[in-house]
Amino acid sequence: MRRTALKALAAGLAGAFLSLPLYAQPKPVEVELYYPVAVGGPITKIVDDMVVAFEKDHPGIDIKPIYAGSYQDSIAKALTALKGGTPPQLAVLLSTDMFTLIDEDAIVPIDGLAKSEADKKWLGGFYDAFMQNSRTGGHVWGVPFQRSTIVMYYNKDLFKQAGLDPERAPATWEELVDYSKKLTKKDAAGNVTQWGIKIPSGGAFAYWLFQALTTPNDAILMNEEGNQVYLDKPAVIEAAQFWNDLSAKHGVMPRGTVDWGTTPKDFLEKKAAIVWTTTGNLTNIRKNADFPFGVAMMPKAKRGGSPTGGGNFYIFKSGTPEQQAAALKFAQWATAPERAADWSIATGYVAVTPAAWETDKMKKYAAEVPAATVARDQLEVSVAEFSTHENQRVTKTLNDALQAMLTGAKTPKQALADAQREADRVLRAYR
Amino acid sequence: MNRSLQAVYGWLLLLPALVLLAAFTHYPALATLWHSFFSTPRGSRPARFVGLENYALMRDDPVFWQSLWNNLWFALGTIPTSIAIALVMALWVNRNLAGRGFLRMAYFTPTVLPMVAVANIWLFFYTPQYGLIAQVMHAFGAAGPNWLGSRDTALPALMVVTIWKEAGFFMIFYLAALQTVSPSLREAALLEGASRWQYFRRVLWPLLMPTTLFVLVNALINAFRLVDHVVVMTRGGPDNASTLLLFYIYQVGFSFWDTSYAATLTVVLLLILAVTALVKFRWLDRRTHYQ
Repeated sequence: MRRTALKALAAGLAGAFLSLPLYAQPKPVEVELYYPVAVGGPITKIVDDMVVAFEKDHPGIDIKPIYAGSYQDSIAKALTALKGGTPPQLAVLLSTDMFTLIDEDAIVPIDGLAKSEADKKWLGGFYDAFMQNSRTGGHVWGVPFQRSTIVMYYNKDLFKQAGLDPERAPATWEELVDYSKKLTKKDAAGNVTQWGIKIPSGGAFAYWLFQALTTPNDAILMNEEGNQVYLDKPAVIEAAQFWNDLSAKHGVMPRGTVDWGTTPKDFLEKKAAIVWTTTGNLTNIRKNADFPFGVAMMPKAKRGGSPTGGGNFYIFKSGTPEQQAAALKFAQWATAPERAADWSIATGYVAVTPAAWETDKMKKYAAEVPAATVARDQLEVSVAEFSTHENQRVTKTLNDALQAMLTGAKTPKQALADAQREADRVLRAYR
Repeated sequence: MNRSLQAVYGWLLLLPALVLLAAFTHYPALATLWHSFFSTPRGSRPARFVGLENYALMRDDPVFWQSLWNNLWFALGTIPTSIAIALVMALWVNRNLAGRGFLRMAYFTPTVLPMVAVANIWLFFYTPQYGLIAQVMHAFGAAGPNWLGSRDTALPALMVVTIWKEAGFFMIFYLAALQTVSPSLREAALLEGASRWQYFRRVLWPLLMPTTLFVLVNALINAFRLVDHVVVMTRGGPDNASTLLLFYIYQVGFSFWDTSYAATLTVVLLLILAVTALVKFRWLDRRTHYQ
C-alpha cells in the first residue's frame, strides 16, 4: 500500500516535472525557409549563423533553413512542395519569379501583413530600383534581400600593357569597342590569346546581360503588369546588333556563346581583359585575383543603367497567420541595416537599404573596397529585371533568340521578331 | 492444398512485385496519358478537358521537333560507336596480358563516376582558351573551337562524353560473354584454317549476339534517359542546339510549370521506348541465336 502510494507520488511528480517546460514555454512557431546559393563563398554557413542569431533574439520562433540548390532548383522545389501540399512558409527566390508565384496563388502580399507604422516605414526604406521587381497591381509581393546589378570588371594590368589609363574604364559604347580592340591580343598564328571583352550569353542569364545593353540604349523590355514585351523595337534591335558586332564585326569577343559560369574564371586567368557579370561575384574575384582590378558601371549609349537582379523574400499563403507573422519578422530582421550590411560584406550582394550604407561597418567596408559602392551608385539609373507572367518560358524565348543571333543562325532583327511573336502568343492569355 | 488455395498462394507471391510495378510504372504511364488531354491547372483555374489541343500544340512546336531530332542524332552518334569501342576493349582485356586487372578497372572507371561529376570535369576539358583540349590544341598552334558555345559542336561534344561514359559499362557485358565462350571453339576454328577475322566474324560475333542485343536496348534507352550532362554542361543551349527530349520535358514541366504539355511530350517518349521494347521482343529476339 505504502509502496503504491509512493509510486503514484513519484509518477505524479515526474509527470509534473516533465510537463512543466511545456507550460512555461509555448511550442515555438516553426517556419521553413528555402534559400538558394547563386554566388561563391560559404553561404550555407552564413545563413545558419544568421538563423541562430535570430532565434536568440526571438525564442518563440523556430526557423528551419533549407538549402534548395540554384535559383532555378529552388523555385522548382518550392512549387513542387506547394503542389504536394507541404510548401515552405518563407523562401528566397528570384525577384523575377513574382508573377509565376502570384499565378500559382502561392504567396501573400507583404503590405497585407506589414500594417503597423513601423512596418510601413521599413517597407518604404528599400532602394526603389529593387522595389520595381517587387511590386505589381498595387501590392508589394517580395522583400529585397540578396540583390545585385551587373557591373564591369576590368584588369588594370592589362589596361597598362595596352597603353590605357588603368584608372579610367570605358564610359561609352564607342570607348568600349575602342578599348576592347586594344585589349585583344593574337599570337603569331593569328589565334586570339586574350579577348578584349566577354559578355556571358550561355545558360539562363543571356536576357539579363542583354538588359545591360538595352537599358543604356533607352529601351525598356516589358511593362509593369508583366503581360507585354517590347522585343522588336528599333532601340532593342540596335542593342542586339551592338552585342553581335562585338564578335562578328570587331572581333573583340569570342564567336558563339560565352558561358556564364566560367566568365569570372576567364577574367581571373587573364583570358579576358573586361568582363560583365553580377556584383555578387565581387567577393569571389577580390579573393582570387592576383592583379589589381577595377569595377565600373555599364558604359553609356544614350544613358547609363543596368537591370537589377537577385532574390527576394516571399511569404507563402499556406502558412498559418502565426507562421506568416513569424516569417515577416525574420524578413524584417534580416534586412535591418546592421544585418543587411553583414550580408552584403560576406557575399558581395548590394546592401538593400540606404540605411545599411550608413552603418559604421558598411562605411568601413566601402572605404576598403570602393568597388562595392559602384553597384550602389548604379542603382539610381537601374531598371527592373526582365520579368513577365510565365516568366521562365518567355525568358527562354528571349535567351534562345539572343543565342541564335550570337551563333550566327539568325540576324538580330529576325531573332528578336521571332521572340516577340512567341512571347505574344504566350502572354495573350494574361491581357 | 486445393487448387484455389494454390492460386491465392501464387497471387500472394506475385503481390509485392505487382504493387510496385502498378504504382510506379503502369499507373504513372496511364495518368500521363490522361493528363495530356487536359489543360494545365493554374492557381484558381482548374484543369479542363481540351481533347487533342496539346498534341496540336506539340506538332507546331519547333523546339519539340528540334529536341526529337537532336535525340535521334544523339542516339545514332553514341550507340554504334560506344558498342564498337566496348567490344574492342573487351576483346583486348580478355587476353592474357600483364596488368589486365588494372586495364579492366581503368576502362570501367567512367561508369562508376556519377554523371554530374563527370560532366563538370568535361566542362573544364571543353572550356575555350585554358581548358584541357584547348591547351593541347594550342600546343599544336591551333585555336580550339568554342566547343559548348557553338551550334555545330555542342551536341557532338555531349556525345563524346556519353560514349566515354557508356563504353566501359558495355565492355563489362561483352567481357562476361567472352568468358563463357569455350576456348575449344577457337582451337577448332584455327585448325580448320580460319583466319582471326573469320573466327571473329563467323564464330564469336554470332555467339555474342544476345549480349549485343541486350546492350543495344540498354544503350537506346539510355540515349533517351540520360540528361544529367545536358543540365550541367549546356542547359540545352545555344539556342536549343543540344536540347534532348527528356531535358525539354523537364524544362516544360518544372521550369514552365506547363504540366499537361509536359505530359503530352512524355507520351511521345513513352511511345518511343515502347516501340523499342516491342522491336526487341518481337523481331530481334527471333533473329538472335541463344545458346
